[in-house]
Amino acid sequence: MKIVILGAGQVGGSLAEALASERNDIVLVDSDEKTLRELRDRIDIFVVIGHASHPDVLMEAGIEDADILVAVTNNDETNMAACQIAHSLFRVPTKIARVRASSYLQYPELFDNQAIPIDVLISPEQLVSEYIARLMEHPGALQVLDFADGRVQLVTVLAVQGGPLVGHQLRYLREHMPKVDTRVAAIYRRNRPIIPQGDTVIEAGDEVFFIAARADIRAVMSELRRLEHGYKRVIIAGGGNIGLRLANKLENRYSVKIIERSHERCVFLSEELSHTIVLHGSASDQELLLEENIEDTDVFLALTNDDEANIMSSLLAKRLGARKVMTLINNRAYVDLVQGGEIDIAISPQQNTIGSLLTHVRRGDMVNVHSLRRGAAEAIEVVAHGDERTSKVVGKKIEDIDLPEGASIGAIVRETENGSEVLMAHDDVVVQSDDHVIVFLVDRRQTRHVEQLFQVGFGFF
Amino acid sequence: MRIAVIARVFGILLTVFSLTLLPPIAVSLWYDDDTHSAFVAAFAITLITGLFMWLPVHDLRQDLRTRDGFVVTSLFWLILGSFGALPFIISPQPDLSITDSIFESISGLTTTGATVITGLDSLPPAILYYRQQLQWFGGIGVIVIALAILPMLGIGGMQLYKAEIPGPVKDTKLTPRIAETARALIVIYVILTILCGIGYWWAGMTVFDAVGHAFSTVANGGFSTHDASMGFYAHNRAIMVICILFMFTAAINFGLHFYAFRNKTIKHYWRDSEFRFYVMLILGAGLLISCYLWILNIFSPGNSLLHGFFQVVSISTTAGFASENFSAWPVFLPYALLLLGILGACAGSTSGGIKVVRGMLILKSGLRELNRLVHANAVIPIKINRKIVPNRITDAVWGFFAVYVLSFFILSIIVIATGEDFVTAVTTVASCLSNIGPALGDAASHYGAVNEVAKWFLILAMLMGRLEIFTLLVLLTPAFWRH
Repeated sequence: MKIVILGAGQVGGSLAEALASERNDIVLVDSDEKTLRELRDRIDIFVVIGHASHPDVLMEAGIEDADILVAVTNNDETNMAACQIAHSLFRVPTKIARVRASSYLQYPELFDNQAIPIDVLISPEQLVSEYIARLMEHPGALQVLDFADGRVQLVTVLAVQGGPLVGHQLRYLREHMPKVDTRVAAIYRRNRPIIPQGDTVIEAGDEVFFIAARADIRAVMSELRRLEHGYKRVIIAGGGNIGLRLANKLENRYSVKIIERSHERCVFLSEELSHTIVLHGSASDQELLLEENIEDTDVFLALTNDDEANIMSSLLAKRLGARKVMTLINNRAYVDLVQGGEIDIAISPQQNTIGSLLTHVRRGDMVNVHSLRRGAAEAIEVVAHGDERTSKVVGKKIEDIDLPEGASIGAIVRETENGSEVLMAHDDVVVQSDDHVIVFLVDRRQTRHVEQLFQVGFGFF
Repeated sequence: MRIAVIARVFGILLTVFSLTLLPPIAVSLWYDDDTHSAFVAAFAITLITGLFMWLPVHDLRQDLRTRDGFVVTSLFWLILGSFGALPFIISPQPDLSITDSIFESISGLTTTGATVITGLDSLPPAILYYRQQLQWFGGIGVIVIALAILPMLGIGGMQLYKAEIPGPVKDTKLTPRIAETARALIVIYVILTILCGIGYWWAGMTVFDAVGHAFSTVANGGFSTHDASMGFYAHNRAIMVICILFMFTAAINFGLHFYAFRNKTIKHYWRDSEFRFYVMLILGAGLLISCYLWILNIFSPGNSLLHGFFQVVSISTTAGFASENFSAWPVFLPYALLLLGILGACAGSTSGGIKVVRGMLILKSGLRELNRLVHANAVIPIKINRKIVPNRITDAVWGFFAVYVLSFFILSIIVIATGEDFVTAVTTVASCLSNIGPALGDAASHYGAVNEVAKWFLILAMLMGRLEIFTLLVLLTPAFWRH
C-alpha cells in the first residue's frame, strides 16, 4: 500500500516506522529537513521537504497514486487543507487527519465529503484522556484497552505476591472462579513473552494480559493481586488540552484538583470546569503539593507537555505520599526508563494514537488495533467475513485455525438477535461470519499473516 | 447639564402623564362620586405645566446621553411623584395633607404600596382606581428603567445584564435602545395585566376590583381597594392562587419573558441561575413558614400552606399584599418575611429590594473567601449562568450592598430621632427602602400614625430603593456636575 504521511513529528515519525516494517511504501512530508534526514537514515522511507498542504509538494510525494493520506502536522488547518486538496485534486480514497481544536470537533457534520473531506479524525488528546479515564476505572491495571465498544476489555496487570493465583497453574483460575469467564492472552516475564498454556505457572512480577467482559475485570484482577480501593482524590498537573478534557470527564465522579502554571489558563480552566479546584502554581512546588494534601491523594497525573517536568513532579509527588502516579511521556526512550520504578504508569500518547491510525491502514476489516509494549506486540479486533469455502476462519473451531506463531485468539463478540454476546475463545468455539475476533499478537511482524488469514478468498463476491 | 434637553423630555412626559388622569375622570363620572373636579383640575395643571416646558424647546433635536440618564431617571420619580399627588391634595375626600398626598403618590409610583389612608372601603371609587393606576404606571417605569437604563448606567453591578438585552449596546445615546426594548417590555407587561385581570374576574372579583388588583399585582405594588388587602378575598382560594402566580411572574426578569415572547420557548427560564435560585428560595421559605404556621396550630394544614406561600411570595416579590394580619403572627415570621423582602426578587422585574442576583453574588464571593482559606493557590471565579463574573461587577455589588446597609442604618437612626419607636423605625425604613410596603410596630396596617418628618425620610427611602441608591447619590457628588 502507498501511504503519504504529512508531518514528521512524534506521531508521524512513529507511524512511519511502524508501517514501513509492514512492506508499505511510505512517503513522509515535512518542512524540517533535519528531522527527515534522521528518519530516512533510520528507516526505509521516501521523504519530501516542503509545506505539507501545497499541491506541488504533495505531487512530489506521489499523492496521485497514494491509497491513504495521513495528515498529522502540528497545525489543524494545514491538516484540513491537505485533506481537501487530496480529495479535490487527487481523489485519494482514504484521508486521515489529526484535528485537535475542540471548536472544530464539536461539529462532526463539518467533516464530510461535501465540506471538509476527512474520513477519519484522530485527536490524540481525546484518545489519551479516554485512555487515562479507563485506567482510573480499574485501580491497579497498567493498561486497559477497549474492544467492541467497551464490552470486552484487555487489561494488563502486574502479578503480585498475595494474589490467590500467583504461584499456581493457569487452569486453577477456572476452578477458582467458575462463574467468571476470562482468557489470559499473554504473559511477559522479564520482558519475554510466554504463550500461556493451562499448566503455565504465574509468578510474582509477571505482566499478565487478560481479556474479559468489562464487568468481570475486577474479579479477575483480584486473582492476580490484592484489590485496591477505588480512586477518589485526583490531582492533575498541567491544564493543557489533555488535562482539561480529563478533568471534565472525571470531575463528576472524583474530587479533582488541577495545577496549572499560567494564570490566564487557570482562569479559562475555572470557567470550563464546574467542580474541579483549579490551582495556580507549579506542580513541582513542594509547598503547594503539601498544602493540597498530596499524601492523601489517590492518583497524581502529570500531563504537561514537558517530559522532564512530568517525571520530576511525579517523582516528587510519589515521595510526598501520593498513592499512584501516572506520567505522560512523549519520549519513547524515557518510557522504559521510568515505568515500574517510582512511577507506576507511563502513558505514551503516540502508542495510543498509532493504534487508532493502524486500524485504518490495515487490510481486512479491522475495528480496533492497539499497539502494545512500545509497539512490539499488538491486539487487534478483526471482523470475520465470508463462509466456509471462502474464509480460512469461518466455520472452524478455534483450535483448528492456523494461527501464526505467537498469536492467540482471546475472545469473540457475536451479534445475536438479543444484543451482542461475548464468548471467551475456548478451543471448541466455532467462528461464524461477522464475528468480531480479538487476536493477541506477541510479535507484531505476524500481523500480515493474521490479515491474510481473515481476508476473504476469491469467489466471495 | 443640558437643561433644554431634559426639559423637553419632562415636558413630553408630563403631557403624557396628564392623559393618565382622564380614566379616573371617566370612573368618577360613571360612579358619580363627585371627585371629577379634582381630577380635571389636576389634569389641567399637569397638562399646562407639561406644555409650558415642552413648547419652548419642542424643535430641539438633541439626543440624550448616558450621563443625562442619571438625572432623567431620578427626576422621573420626583416630578411624576409630585404631580401625581395633585388629585389627593385637591380632592376633599380623602382629606390628606400635602405630606400624606406626596407619600401616597410616591409610594404608588415606586410600587412600594405603603399607604397612609384608612377606610379604603368607603373612599370614592375614582380615588381608589387612581391609586391602583399609579402603581401600574410606576411598574412600567420600573421595568423600563431596570432593564434598559440601569444596566447602561452600570448601577450596582447591573451591567451584568447589559449583554443580555437586545438592541445596540455600544451606543452612548439613550433613545434607540430604550424605544426598542421598552416597547416590547410594555407589550408583555400589558398582556400580563390583562391575563391577571381576567383571572381575577373569572375567580369572582367585581370588574372594578379585578382591574384594580391586576394593576397592583403585576406592578408588584401592593395597593388594594380594601383595608383588609387581599385578606378581603382570603376565603376565595382561586383568587389567592392567581395572585401568587402573577406576583411571581412579575417578579421574574422581564428580559426572560422578552426572550420567551420573541423565541417562543420556555426552556431558557430554568437555565437562568437567578431564576432557579429564586424558585428554590420561594419553595424553601414557603415550606418553612407553612410548617411553622401549622406546627404552632395557627391555621389548618391547608390554610397554613395557602397563607404561608401567599405571604412568602407577596413579601419576597415586594408586592406587599396581606392575606392575614401577619404582624400579629409569632415574631419569627414577620421578621423572616421582612428579610426575604429586603433580598427581593429577580433583577429586571417589578420587584424591589437588593435583588436575588446580587444576593447570589454576595453569597458566592463569601464562599470563595472560605475556599481560598483552604486552597491558597486556587483560582476560583464567581460564575453566574456558567460564565465568569468580572471582578468589576462583584466589586460594584459589594459597593451597592455596603451603601444599601449604610443607608438603612442612617435612615433608621433619623426616623428614631423623629420620635418613632425602634421596631417601627427599623421596619418602616427596611420596608420602604426595599419597596415592600407593610411594616411592623405602629405601621403594621398603615403608615397614618407615622409622624410628618419621618414620612419625608420614608419618601426618600422609597426613592432611593427604587433608584438603586446610586442613581440618586451620584447626583449629589460635585464631580457629576463639573464639566
